[in-house]
Amino acid sequence: MHFDIDQYYSRLNSGEVILAYKGSISSELITNVLEVIDAKLEDLVIKKSIKKKLYNVLVESLQNLYHHIDDLPETSNGKFDVHFGIFVITKEGDRYKVSTGNFIKNDKIRSLQERLDRVKAMSKDELKNLYKQILNNQDFTKKGGVGLGLIDMAKRTDGQLDYKFSEYNQEYSFFNLDIYV
Amino acid sequence: MESIAIEGTTKTPEVKLNPENGVIEIKGRSIPENSIEFYRPIIEWLDEYAKKPNKKTTVNVQLEYFNTSSSKCILDIFKKLESLKKARNEVVINWYYEEDDEDMLESGEDYESIIRVPFKMIEIVD
Repeated sequence: MHFDIDQYYSRLNSGEVILAYKGSISSELITNVLEVIDAKLEDLVIKKSIKKKLYNVLVESLQNLYHHIDDLPETSNGKFDVHFGIFVITKEGDRYKVSTGNFIKNDKIRSLQERLDRVKAMSKDELKNLYKQILNNQDFTKKGGVGLGLIDMAKRTDGQLDYKFSEYNQEYSFFNLDIYV
Repeated sequence: MESIAIEGTTKTPEVKLNPENGVIEIKGRSIPENSIEFYRPIIEWLDEYAKKPNKKTTVNVQLEYFNTSSSKCILDIFKKLESLKKARNEVVINWYYEEDDEDMLESGEDYESIIRVPFKMIEIVD
């Protein structure tokens, strides 16, 4: 039984939705989304520092999607765009929730899950030190990232993130990440 | 040596590199998906500049946002400046941050602690 992505998307799309997107995640799309969000943030009556945090988390989560999405093999990819991802921002009480969803190969889950759990359990100072250590010692990966996105988001939001892996088939799962600002 | 002036875009900062007065300015947003390409000419310019630098180099960094991909390139720039200072040149780094933007102040402090050149933290008040 496949994980039902449409159902998951409509579930995310409830409550006070600020922006919701489902489809191909390209560089142009990120530029467009950021422009729309810029205008929307202007209208929201919230502290400037919170707006900045939210914007930073948006940039990192969109670019994490861009760099790390796994595409389903063409044979089973009929209904999904290339580089398919989901991206929803909602307001929940006095917090903002940034949710992303993307396919991931099952054999990558374990190491990602370990990283997520480690980052979630770290104190602000530990995150700060880890960030500095990686910044100073790591070279760029093949994908042009530095492996800092997750740590940066956790640092800015005091580790307020939840995740879930839902099996899609024998080879792929759907990875959902929620970050609270 | 030529000066460089790059106009800012929604994803990349305005950059001014002036060898005459030794003033280096980076201003705006730095959030490209892949920052290496954008920063390469700046790093190359700094390598060239370091061969015959001004007596005093002033660096003004005034970023509204930067992503983790840029953070690495920005560190590379600061490392070039650190070497410049080690070679007994005067280097002044001004790190601007907006009022209440604790994250940006903290980022400046992080860089300062890595490269061991003192930063002047300047708060921009609306």
